[in-house]
Amino acid sequence: MDIDTFRSETRAWLEANCPAEMRTPMGEDDICWGGRTFEFRSPAQKQWLKVMAAKGWTVPAWPKAYGGGGLTGDEQKVLTEEMHRINARPPLQSFGIWMLGPALLQFGTEAQKRHYLPQIARGEIRWCQGYSEPCAGSDLAGLQTKGVDTGVHFEVTGQKIWTSYADQADWIFCLVRTEPDERKHTGISFLLFDMQSDGVSTKPIKLISGASPFCETFFDAVKVPKDQIVGERGQGWTIAKYLLTHEREMIGASDSALFAKSDLAEDAVSAIGLDETGRLDDPMLRADLGQFLIDEICFDAHLEMTGAYMRAGHELGARSAELKYLGTELNKRRQSLRVAAGGSDDLVWEGTANDAGQVAKDWLRSKANTIEGGTSEVMLSILSKAVLKLPG
Amino acid sequence: MELLSEDQQLIADSATGFLRAGHSIAAFRALRETGDTANIAILPELAKMGWMGIVVPEELGGIGLGYRAAGLIAEELGRNLTVSPFVSSAILAGTALSTSNSQAQKIWAPKVAAGEAVLALALDETAKHRPDRVVTKVTGEADGLKLNGRKTYVVDGGFADRLVVTAKRGDDLCLLLVDPLAAGVTLTSQVMLDSRNAATVVLEDVAVRDADILAQGQAAERALAKTLAAGRAVAATEQLGIAKAAADQTYDYLRTRKQFGVHIGQLQALQHRAAELYCELAQVSSLIAAALNALDSDSADVETLTRAAKAKMARVGQQATEEGVQMHGGIGMTDEMDLGLFMKRDRALAEFLGDAGHHTEWLLRQRGI
Ligand SMILES: Cc1cc2nc3c(=O)[nH]c(=O)nc-3n(C[C@H](O)[C@H](O)[C@H](O)COP(=O)(O)OP(=O)(O)OC[C@H]3O[C@@H](n4cnc5c(N)ncnc54)[C@H](O)[C@@H]3O)c2cc1C
Repeated sequence: MDIDTFRSETRAWLEANCPAEMRTPMGEDDICWGGRTFEFRSPAQKQWLKVMAAKGWTVPAWPKAYGGGGLTGDEQKVLTEEMHRINARPPLQSFGIWMLGPALLQFGTEAQKRHYLPQIARGEIRWCQGYSEPCAGSDLAGLQTKGVDTGVHFEVTGQKIWTSYADQADWIFCLVRTEPDERKHTGISFLLFDMQSDGVSTKPIKLISGASPFCETFFDAVKVPKDQIVGERGQGWTIAKYLLTHEREMIGASDSALFAKSDLAEDAVSAIGLDETGRLDDPMLRADLGQFLIDEICFDAHLEMTGAYMRAGHELGARSAELKYLGTELNKRRQSLRVAAGGSDDLVWEGTANDAGQVAKDWLRSKANTIEGGTSEVMLSILSKAVLKLPG
Repeated sequence: MELLSEDQQLIADSATGFLRAGHSIAAFRALRETGDTANIAILPELAKMGWMGIVVPEELGGIGLGYRAAGLIAEELGRNLTVSPFVSSAILAGTALSTSNSQAQKIWAPKVAAGEAVLALALDETAKHRPDRVVTKVTGEADGLKLNGRKTYVVDGGFADRLVVTAKRGDDLCLLLVDPLAAGVTLTSQVMLDSRNAATVVLEDVAVRDADILAQGQAAERALAKTLAAGRAVAATEQLGIAKAAADQTYDYLRTRKQFGVHIGQLQALQHRAAELYCELAQVSSLIAAALNALDSDSADVETLTRAAKAKMARVGQQATEEGVQMHGGIGMTDEMDLGLFMKRDRALAEFLGDAGHHTEWLLRQRGI
């Protein structure tokens, strides 16, 4: 189909099928994560997921055989543009889409792809990420959770930490040391298992923003069938790193609805006002805003170029660290400027006046951006070695 | 990471081949030795490849490949520190001529494209770029027109065949061509910190004919806006080439210089600064490409993108050259190394056509703050 026909058909379909309530700005609470226990916020949210999943457009780039839309790069771009045009919300967001899916497409067996990917595409199973441990953060490959081969199972014992939404997820993709005699990086396997398995428990951790999106996760002799390994035994690190490049692209592009989109310049003017020359009545903040706006235009252009590059069939690889570093550092500045522009009004924590401190909560949440998915320092180390080839 | 068309790839390859072979930094040093700020000898070669007419449409004698293609040349000019009137004549004058519709256009656009004439833009009147505060005036009627004013930082003005002068005629903006040898023109040619040429020009009762007027009123506003947008984007691209060259030399040095028994590139403090510079260069490359593409498609965000590109590149250019010198230590301060040459050229381009503050202020105004 030529691209103009695709555009007009897509436009018409979205017009007919995207409920009006799904065309309004959303906050973190409005995200559709899917999963067995997910409670839809409205019938419209449920309907939107259903119709989009039926077309494969929750994961437009994935092959149709696995629940995707099978769209070409150009078609994906058109779909995104047409959704933006009517402010359509993403019908589904999940770790399955961002992280596990790409890894399975690359490393999964045919049976695994046919089993797990459609469940992700339809929002039936919600996944969490079991990577970090109390003693293995930046030094992730130092992880100690062990998986003992008992013949039919890997018996998994150990502890993960910072597991986002572990208490709400159905399944986990988990890094486990199955080859204790191998070296650090070659002793790890990539396992998939049900969070309802015997021996799995979670304990929520409260964040500085007051929310508890992540958990400590404990495994006590959890039995994982041996066919639930992705790739070979000991190949887990390779898969884990590949998955991280996709996670970093996603975090860098701030492609999620974690942060409210708002016009910083407008917000600042309405909070502070203009002086008699028509400039924001706070010269230092104005100067900071100026630099920020230039950097924002720059990063948006970079995302656009990078997107075109990837749609042309290239993988970013280690350069995902570049997007992650730039995007998250920029978002931290954005949130700091927002809270500065609001002054004391945005410091009210409880009450309805300022949406219950949403700006301050976003500001706090953004501090995690340069930590989660690998810290900024780790991103710079990766780039200096993998891209600049500086000596190790 | 950029996706180029076939034509663009050809231009990029020939720019790399041609400039690295005969017009590298060694050639720049030789010119500097002899005090040659014009390098006029390169002009016929550039013209033969079509570069002097890269943005001039075919019907006016150019090859009309556009700004993205021009950027590929400018980046290599930057990397090699090649001295040429490419930005002044091919881009600024080339754009001014291509966007105005007059008798003067028909005469001068083909000459510029063929490398038979060099034109320089005489715009600034103060040490900071303030293009909308023009004091230079055209007065009188019909064939008794007189031009009075003072222009500064006229890049390549010292050897130009004509100056493209901005002036006010009543409330109208005018773009007009002035012969630097005409009566009443006092041109002082100067060597700038980057060993390039820029002139100051005093205009006292210079006689102007109607035929010298390139554009007037709204047509002049439009032509000047496009000219400045093009100049900003292409100058930023030259800066990008300089910054990438400075960064590459620095990464090399980190891989080879040893202190404390290790390569200094093993020291994380330096690794992280190098990687941060790399990230900035990657994103500003995308912004510059977007600005050049916007010029080619005449899209609505030309002003925003070209100004953002110029402002951002000013900061990244400074970062690249300063980090380059710092990470080289003492040797970075020597004239023997190229870093100082990069730093000087970068500084000149950062000022040219408006610095970071100038364009950031525009953006703030445009956003209503
Ligand atoms: C909101 C949030 C959600 C998360 N979600 C998940 C999840 O779902 N699943 C999961 O597995 N993990 C998750 N994480 C964990 C995250 O990946 C880790 O926090 C991160 O990798 C850093 O590890 P750490 O916390 O142990 O810090 P550390 O590694 O102890 O780092 C402490 C400091 O030392 C620096 N540092 C460490 N090593 C180096 C080095 N070699 N060179 C220079 N500096 C260094 C770091 O940059 C940092 O500044 C989440 C984290 C957050 C904040």
